[in-house]
Amino acid sequence: MKGRLVLLAFVALAALAPAAAAEQRASLIEIEKQVMCPVCGTLLQLAESPQAQREKAFIRRLIAKGKTEAQIKDALVAEYGDEVLALPQGSGFSLSAYVVPIVAFVVAVIALAIGVMRWRRAGDGKGEEGGPDVGPQGDDADRLDADLARYDL
Amino acid sequence: MRSSIAVLAVLAVVGLLVFGLVSKGSSGVAVGDPAPDGPLPRLEGGGDGSLADYRGQWVLVNFWASWCVPCKDEAPALEKFQRQHGGPRFTVLGIDSRDLSSDGREFVRRYGLSYPQLRDGDGGAAHDYGTTGVPENYLVDPTGKVQWLLRGPVDEQYLHDEVAPFLPEGKS
Repeated sequence: MKGRLVLLAFVALAALAPAAAAEQRASLIEIEKQVMCPVCGTLLQLAESPQAQREKAFIRRLIAKGKTEAQIKDALVAEYGDEVLALPQGSGFSLSAYVVPIVAFVVAVIALAIGVMRWRRAGDGKGEEGGPDVGPQGDDADRLDADLARYDL
Repeated sequence: MRSSIAVLAVLAVVGLLVFGLVSKGSSGVAVGDPAPDGPLPRLEGGGDGSLADYRGQWVLVNFWASWCVPCKDEAPALEKFQRQHGGPRFTVLGIDSRDLSSDGREFVRRYGLSYPQLRDGDGGAAHDYGTTGVPENYLVDPTGKVQWLLRGPVDEQYLHDEVAPFLPEGKS
């Protein structure tokens, strides 16, 4: 008898778990951080304008209907367009928002590496020839020798 | 070779900056300009509609949103003006901008608006017109050019004094 009760409890928990998970998926606080107030041009989380209030009410209604976070964001895009999303979608042209910075970073690193290699090679080349002669030349060298001769070093 | 790459890089950066400024900043349409007439979804009934559908008529394009208080104030005046002047030669055309479609439809029902309504959910049309908010009103002539505009709400008196004189005599 006891074993059956434990089994029933497990079954009940297993049945309730997805519902609880779905509830966690869609939260106004979480969605507010990911979508914009199109009129204010700020995150919905920071907006208090009349339009933002309507948008929040819309999200609350969808949460109450049991919609997931993804479904709610899709519904917002259907109402306000792609610009309602704070982060661009990872597909189509919007993908470039993620790809371009990575490509730019890689190109910059390669350019920097090539620059450093060339600089070091140029430095090595000068080293083989005895390095740059930074001492005085011509008349300056003669004057320096004459000055040094006056001192008993 | 190296200097030409540097020049190209500088030009690319300047080009991006100019593109950013041009695409973000919009001075908006002025009197005498052609009115943007791209297709938009109808607020009710499905399908698309456009200002171009009314070529040959005078059209008072009214940008509004259900969350906008001055829009609520001007809606009855616009409806009255439509009843007085609406016909084959004139119509008010509402464009519900950056609004929830359900809220927009509720607004139309609440104020009994009988003139056609389009939906501009992402604000693209508002951007094309260069609106600075809602409500804004543009009177477009039968050739599609803006003849008068007001970046703000209208009322009965204003419509009578400023818009009616443009319209053909009698019920349009």
